[in-house]
Amino acid sequence: MKPIIATLLLAMGSAQAATPIAMEDQSQLKVPGTQAAVQFAPPAESQIPDNAFGQMVREGHALFVDTRRLMPEAVGNGMNCSNCHLDQGRMAFSAPLWGAYPMYPAYRRKNDKVNTFAERIQGCFQFSMNGKPPAADSPQMTALSVYSYWLSTNAPTAVEAPGRGYPEVPQPKGGYDFKRGKQVYREQCAICHGDQGEGQQVAGEYVMPPLWGKDSYNWGAGMHRINTAASFIKYNMPLGKPGSLSDQQAWDVAAWINRHERPQDPRLLEGSVEKTRLKFHANDGVNLYGQKVDGMVIGQGTTR
Amino acid sequence: MNPLSRFAISTALILAWPVAHAAEGQKIFTQGGANPAAMACLGCHGPDAKGIAAAGFPRLAGLSAGYLNKQLQDFRSGSRKQPVMEPLAKALSAQEAKAVSEYLASLPSAPASDLRRQQIATDPVSRLALYGDWDRQIPGCVQCHGPGGSGVGEHFPPLAGQPAAYLVAQLNAWRDGSRSNDPNQLMVGVAKAMTDAEITAVAEFFAHPLAQEVKP
Ligand code: HEC
Ligand code: HEC
Ligand code: HEC
Ligand code: HEC
Repeated sequence: MKPIIATLLLAMGSAQAATPIAMEDQSQLKVPGTQAAVQFAPPAESQIPDNAFGQMVREGHALFVDTRRLMPEAVGNGMNCSNCHLDQGRMAFSAPLWGAYPMYPAYRRKNDKVNTFAERIQGCFQFSMNGKPPAADSPQMTALSVYSYWLSTNAPTAVEAPGRGYPEVPQPKGGYDFKRGKQVYREQCAICHGDQGEGQQVAGEYVMPPLWGKDSYNWGAGMHRINTAASFIKYNMPLGKPGSLSDQQAWDVAAWINRHERPQDPRLLEGSVEKTRLKFHANDGVNLYGQKVDGMVIGQGTTR
Repeated sequence: MNPLSRFAISTALILAWPVAHAAEGQKIFTQGGANPAAMACLGCHGPDAKGIAAAGFPRLAGLSAGYLNKQLQDFRSGSRKQPVMEPLAKALSAQEAKAVSEYLASLPSAPASDLRRQQIATDPVSRLALYGDWDRQIPGCVQCHGPGGSGVGEHFPPLAGQPAAYLVAQLNAWRDGSRSNDPNQLMVGVAKAMTDAEITAVAEFFAHPLAQEVKP
């Protein structure tokens, strides 16, 4: 059994190395905290103009909330964009599109590159959606950009708006604990996300998205970092009760989720988890990729 | 019951559990439980368990067994207070409650409308149903109750196919505290954040989805 999996992984690794990586650097944004009051409000749906532009806004919106069904060729798991960017990409502290759009193109010192907005979205397709990003000039990418642009109506360009990203939740002094995380999970999350993080489906489509396993985000996604997941969770989960967990609970449950296997990092170097860890994960926030937990190296990936 | 018949029953249960169980559930539904106070369900919930809309009696057909059984327990424990169902649930044995719940879950029901979240909702009612109102910490109803209010898994009951009057009564029950049985208090905050007008409108929305009206 083991050797087969290893060969499969190798085969997958080399196959995927062929697909270009849109935005190699998925490291975390530095965003303003929650002290600063959110001032920006995106326009209401009733303000969508009744013309070709408005039509494109609607198309981008549909792709954003129903991604997996409408773009099966580009999505390799069970996710929709709106699963991690809540309220249709409108919600502050849920990495809203109106916080993002005016901040691109963006320079990243880490890999000395300028990334466009399209490349940022392609990054989420490749990692968060474990898929194949549509081309920057494809109609889908245009629609997603138009929707983001419309949500940003009246937002100043290149000014970081309070509400952008997921606000940092400082790591608790004592670190995190899997056992406590498992308990938080069982008491507060499993009712929706399932006992095994498998999510819940109706008629073959996820209503409650999976948190680990083959249909979840992959090992290269921003959410695989415990710190990023803790930030998302603290300000967005449990659904309908954001802000109800303590920092400690958010870190514990984020660690519990991110110690489970998920699809391999598409940047996998020469089939080696260790090489990939050194190149991409060693300086990427707090994460467990390539590390030993309970005697097992994490980051082996799942097979479809 | 003499020891012999008890033995006979338990053997029958072991040998033909699903059949015996289903038959028991059906019998409770059509004739009531062993205790006469546990009246036949069909009298109020309809011969096909699809509810009686005019009276505001809910549909039970096709709801998950876990949810139904939990409601019967909640009526017994008082975390859900309602003058008709409370004594009735108390008159059912735990075994009977389980059997009738499983029978009801197996009954067919009309599928929910295929109302998906990809529509941009411009009118406030569909917006509330599909996307919620996060300024008041209300997620969209369909995020927990499934597309078109179909219901999701064991814990999230369908809203589709329920009488509007019943849906209104439940939302008000959470507001006045007579229903306090939602797991992790997932529903109470939603109900309390809604206005009376929204409650009426959203109940209509799920009770009479457009897709069902245009059916030939
Ligand atoms: C599994 C969760 C997840 C999914 C699904 C997801 N994203 Fe993201 N997205 C993230 C994370 C995490 C970040 C980075 C936030 C950070 O660095 O702090 C991000 C960042 C972004 C940004 C940049 C935000 C900014 O302020 O710079 C955009 C734009 C974006 N995502 C769009 C999308 C689109 C479009 C999709 C669907 C194709 C999508 N995302 C799917 C988690 C997700
Ligand atoms: C009431 C149901 C519910 C509860 C309880 C809940 N979630 Fe979620 N969760 C959701 C839904 C629905 C989404 C997708 C949001 C959307 O599409 O608008 C989601 C999204 C997520 C995501 C991002 C998407 C993904 O699949 O990776 C994470 C991470 C997450 N939840 C973690 C948690 C954690 C941790 C808890 C417990 C502290 C929790 N959730 C409790 C329903 C729930
Ligand atoms: C005399 C009329 C009557 C009879 C007989 C009756 N019910 Fe009910 N039932 C009601 C009413 C009215 C409600 C709505 C209660 C409320 O508003 O909270 C209800 C609600 C319920 C619910 C909750 C449904 C939900 O969606 O949460 C269950 C479960 C239930 N009944 C099961 C039964 C079973 C099982 C029987 C037969 C053993 C039965 N009922 C017999 C009137 C009746
Ligand atoms: C965060 C998840 C969540 C959201 C969002 C939610 N609900 Fe619920 N709802 C529940 C749960 C859980 C129950 C079942 C409670 C129980 O076990 O008794 C429920 C039950 C109900 C019931 C009673 C059903 C019955 O058969 O008795 C009604 C009515 C209802 N919800 C209406 C709504 C409406 C309308 C909305 C949108 C405005 C909504 N819900 C949004 C979680 C949710």
